[in-house]
Amino acid sequence: MSQAEMSLPGHPAGTLTAPAFSVPAKKMAMWLFIIADAATFAAVLVAYGFLRNGSPNWPTPFRFSPTVLNAMLMTFILVTSSLTMLLGVRAGKAGEKPAAFHWTMITAIGGLIFAVLHLREWLGMIHQGATLFHNPWGTGLFGASFFSITGLHLLHVTAGVIALVAVGVRYKGGRYGADDLEVLGLYWHFVDLVWMFVVPFVYLLNVAH
Amino acid sequence: MDMPDVQPHEPAARYADSITKYIVIYVCILVLAGVQFAIAYTHLSGTAMFARMLFVALAEAGLALMFFMHLWGEKRGFVLFVLIITGFVIMAMQYGWTDSYRMELGVPYSQSKPGAVQ
Repeated sequence: MSQAEMSLPGHPAGTLTAPAFSVPAKKMAMWLFIIADAATFAAVLVAYGFLRNGSPNWPTPFRFSPTVLNAMLMTFILVTSSLTMLLGVRAGKAGEKPAAFHWTMITAIGGLIFAVLHLREWLGMIHQGATLFHNPWGTGLFGASFFSITGLHLLHVTAGVIALVAVGVRYKGGRYGADDLEVLGLYWHFVDLVWMFVVPFVYLLNVAH
Repeated sequence: MDMPDVQPHEPAARYADSITKYIVIYVCILVLAGVQFAIAYTHLSGTAMFARMLFVALAEAGLALMFFMHLWGEKRGFVLFVLIITGFVIMAMQYGWTDSYRMELGVPYSQSKPGAVQ
């Protein structure tokens, strides 16, 4: 029998394969998704850097108020929602089902507030004339890269909020367990992690001085 | 028979740390995020500002990855699996990045064309 195989009580030897690195299948699937998604975001950010350096009239339009202030608030909310997600998973692992459900819903509300703030910022920029192909400040590539990168992240946040509510409700109803909350938590922390790179490169490097 | 070093019913990451530890990590991440905002208002060159922001972002991401996502509590082989694969893919992209000026400006690798804004 190979090292990767082991028997469990009541089963013939070699019929069950131990999970790789002791990581359950769902969790491993989420980690593989995270690795793939990290590559996606890295590709988008590298392409953004390429466009930014290659464009002679790259604009730096972001003022402290409202854009930078809004980005600070969004960062605070997203990092805080990561903490509440962690508390939810911790409560779930400890068997405290009501607390786990409440923390998960608080996390979803945090994500929803983040999405609303993001859309408000988008609308403000669109109102100033910035679109995917044009903007009043310089090269049109600025709008394309800004809306693409922040839009991809916003898509992840939106999907995360929907998943938080869906998994949270099923967890409360007994269909899902604490392990499912943990897997969802990994996704939510990853969304937070990506924002840590989006803010400095997409917002803060384009601050008006 | 060699025994495997895996325990299928006992996940490595147990989420049993104290809440205080999580709050300390949370505050550290917020402080680092604040440092990024402060860097944005310094009078550094674009490259120096980018390097500092990247360094701080990597520190933030490291804290989130190791403690919020509990990678620190997983088996060492899994930590290496995640970090090596992710790192390799992202580093491999740098080949295209250094060669991007050839595509953009018609000059090889990182040599800039006179007059182009870097």
